Amino acid sequence: MALIAFPSPDPTILARRDEILAGLAAILPADGLIADLAGRRAFETDALTAYRRVPLAVVLPRSAAEVARVMRFCRDAAVNVVPRGAGTSLSGGAIPQEDAIVLGLSKMNRILEINLADRYARVEAGVTNLAISEAVAADGFFYAPDPSSQLACTIGGNVGMNSGGAHCLKYGVTVNNLTGVRLVTVDGDILDLGGAELDAAGLDWLGLVCGSEGQLGVVVEATVKLIRAAEGARPVLFGFDSCADASRCVAAIIGAGIVPVAMEYMDRPAIAICEDFAHAGYPLDVEAMLIVEVEGSEAEMAVELARIATIAKAHGVRVMRESMSAMESAQIWKGRKSAFGATGRVADYICMDGTVPTSRLPEALERVGEICAGYGLRVANVFHAGDGNMHPLILYDVNDPAQQQKAEAAGMEVLKMSVALGGSLTGEHGVGIEKRDLMSRQYAPADLAQQKRVRAAFDPKARLNPAKVFPLEGSGA
Amino acid sequence: MTADEVATLTPSDEAEACAMVAEARGRAETLDIVGGGSRAGLGRPSEGKRRLSSAGLDGIVFHEPAEMVLRAKAGTPLGAIEAALDAHGQTLPFEPIDHRALYDGGEPTVGGLVAANASGPRRVSAGAARDSVIGLRLVNGRGEAIMTGGRVMKNVAGLDLVKLNCGALGTLGLLTEATFKLLPKPESEATIAIRRLDDARAIAAMTAALGSPYGVSGAAMLSPGMGRDFSRTFLRVEGVAASVDHRSEKLLALLAEYAPERVLKGDDSRRLWRAVRDAAFLAEPRDRAVWRVGVKPSCAFDFLARLGPRGLAHLFDCGGGLVWLATESTPADAAAVRAALAPFGGHATLVRAPEALRAAVDVFPPQPPALMALTRRVKAAFDPDGVFNRGRMYAGI
Repeated sequence: MALIAFPSPDPTILARRDEILAGLAAILPADGLIADLAGRRAFETDALTAYRRVPLAVVLPRSAAEVARVMRFCRDAAVNVVPRGAGTSLSGGAIPQEDAIVLGLSKMNRILEINLADRYARVEAGVTNLAISEAVAADGFFYAPDPSSQLACTIGGNVGMNSGGAHCLKYGVTVNNLTGVRLVTVDGDILDLGGAELDAAGLDWLGLVCGSEGQLGVVVEATVKLIRAAEGARPVLFGFDSCADASRCVAAIIGAGIVPVAMEYMDRPAIAICEDFAHAGYPLDVEAMLIVEVEGSEAEMAVELARIATIAKAHGVRVMRESMSAMESAQIWKGRKSAFGATGRVADYICMDGTVPTSRLPEALERVGEICAGYGLRVANVFHAGDGNMHPLILYDVNDPAQQQKAEAAGMEVLKMSVALGGSLTGEHGVGIEKRDLMSRQYAPADLAQQKRVRAAFDPKARLNPAKVFPLEGSGA
Repeated sequence: MTADEVATLTPSDEAEACAMVAEARGRAETLDIVGGGSRAGLGRPSEGKRRLSSAGLDGIVFHEPAEMVLRAKAGTPLGAIEAALDAHGQTLPFEPIDHRALYDGGEPTVGGLVAANASGPRRVSAGAARDSVIGLRLVNGRGEAIMTGGRVMKNVAGLDLVKLNCGALGTLGLLTEATFKLLPKPESEATIAIRRLDDARAIAAMTAALGSPYGVSGAAMLSPGMGRDFSRTFLRVEGVAASVDHRSEKLLALLAEYAPERVLKGDDSRRLWRAVRDAAFLAEPRDRAVWRVGVKPSCAFDFLARLGPRGLAHLFDCGGGLVWLATESTPADAAAVRAALAPFGGHATLVRAPEALRAAVDVFPPQPPALMALTRRVKAAFDPDGVFNRGRMYAGI
């Protein structure tokens, strides 16, 4: 028995399924609608695979105009819509309901414009995160946010969740790298918010839409900043004999006013899992490891590394290893970015995403260990330490319902702890269905009511990505 | 008590502010939010019946140097924030513009800088104010205290109402507290100067620099007559001393074809960038209109060419992505600025003008009807009866 509830599907919608499908078929090309059960099953879940619901239908539009037609039809037919990019959400943000249609953006995958002089790219929502960087890499540019799923995840999904990544310590998350969005509203209006210019005047629509989890409209296009890469970049591994030393070292580096490009933390279980998968040369005999990336010229990297090494030594670092080649750097990052996938090879897991103030990291890590041990569960910690964004991977066996329940209960305790320490339920994965009922831990009723009123300004009937982000009515949460 | 004191409400804490707002709402009164008054000239003229002052909401709530986070009440003078940060070698990343050069008097406060999304030349590398504000408290038009965001850098729990309130000029609520992420104050800075480039060449030089791997944190051009009788293009690098020296050398080599001449350091560099930040070179004559135009750098030159002689003076910031522009203060000039910009996209905001002009023309770029309707609905979501700053951004809202 799973913990996360779904609202009961609306029987009147289910009864009208044939009529709704006929209506959608009339406004879309033949390959733009998936009606058969096998086809729909492919869209029943995302990366929160313990939960699944087969949607009423799936539409795969090819243009903003087609999206607008679908939205107008669904408004008139009173059908809920779940927007979907690549379905890599770890919080269930793309999991549908039986009485909703999935609106997939996978066919809108063209890079529309690359302008290196003005340093931006304009892309359709279904373009993958990594494809943007790849398109400009030969010219020395990149798109900064780099979620671990960047090979698969789409820019539309990144905007929906305000995705981060390892390198956002220096370069910011999606919202800091976004200058424009084309949004299709529930009424089928196509709105251009922002553009290629900085700081569009008026209300900050971009800041509102980014991270709104698909509840304000369907993002069909994004204009993102391109950044010229530094002269060089180098990850360095620091191994420690205790988790506490490693986490205190993180707090000390930040406290010394050093902002590396990235500062990642892995504990012993995570190191073993990732090393086994990626053969990155991680030290296997340490309790915790930091991957710290510095960038600039050789001389600049040497200066910054020396400052970081001094702090690490003061915190008892035992192993220090600089990457000696581009290939080695790639392996080091491959290991880190495959952490979730590699963990999936050894066990089922749920991935938490709470954020704590960096000065509270040592006690937060300790508490995570205690909570999981209390449920008799194993945990691997791999996360963005520089901004306090923890990712405990709580391991369990999906075929053992009792274990799943324990894992989810442990996860909820970890998130409550994050909030209690002054942090947040989620740093970059979003609320989705997973953390929906914990929102009242972080926000007072008036805060949540205010957010809901703003959502209602866009979508008064809450038809877009329903039953997510906000506690379910009557759930008692 | 003077008439002015009677007309101004000055709550001493958030709870009192909630009560005052609820009372005003109950009496169908409108309130104009005032901070230190240094940005009072921004936006359309105030239409409120009484003033609601943040002056009683004063003080730093916490500064955690080791976390690089600071929280302060909205009425706290910016000077007090800067002093606290200086003591720990830290700074607000976004280099907020001080509007006192363009308007008259007043004292910049935390609330005002958030409400105006006040940013500066470091926008190109460190983002705008909205990118560094990570949490807010505000009183909405229903008289409720609302918290949004928090104190951690990464937080995607729920709808982000933080950025929405940055730059909203107090139309959605009375800000009571803001939390900022900080950066270490750059240990060193250097500025490369290039003389006598025309607009197009200046943009080309700045584009080359901003597209380089050398981490340029300021790219501006001052027209002839702004301090010298020839144009000057400036490029700034900041960081640890060795790195600043290295990147300066690299930039000088990269820009060799433009004949970069000399390097400003320390206080000279800082003084220059303050003047750029504040658009101080357009401050006089006082009766001129001053515009802030966001445009693609590659279009800045063509925009100015289309505008022609109505453009009386301009300077470039953000590599040409921000054009500060002076025109005569007439509706015809305002129409001409927007018409000249139309083919290029972008946005023009009338930052300074006499009240009559700000009442007569759109201060903010006009929005298409669907977006205007959305603006009304979002305003109503915070302030259903239109208590706050009525008409400050858009007429009637």
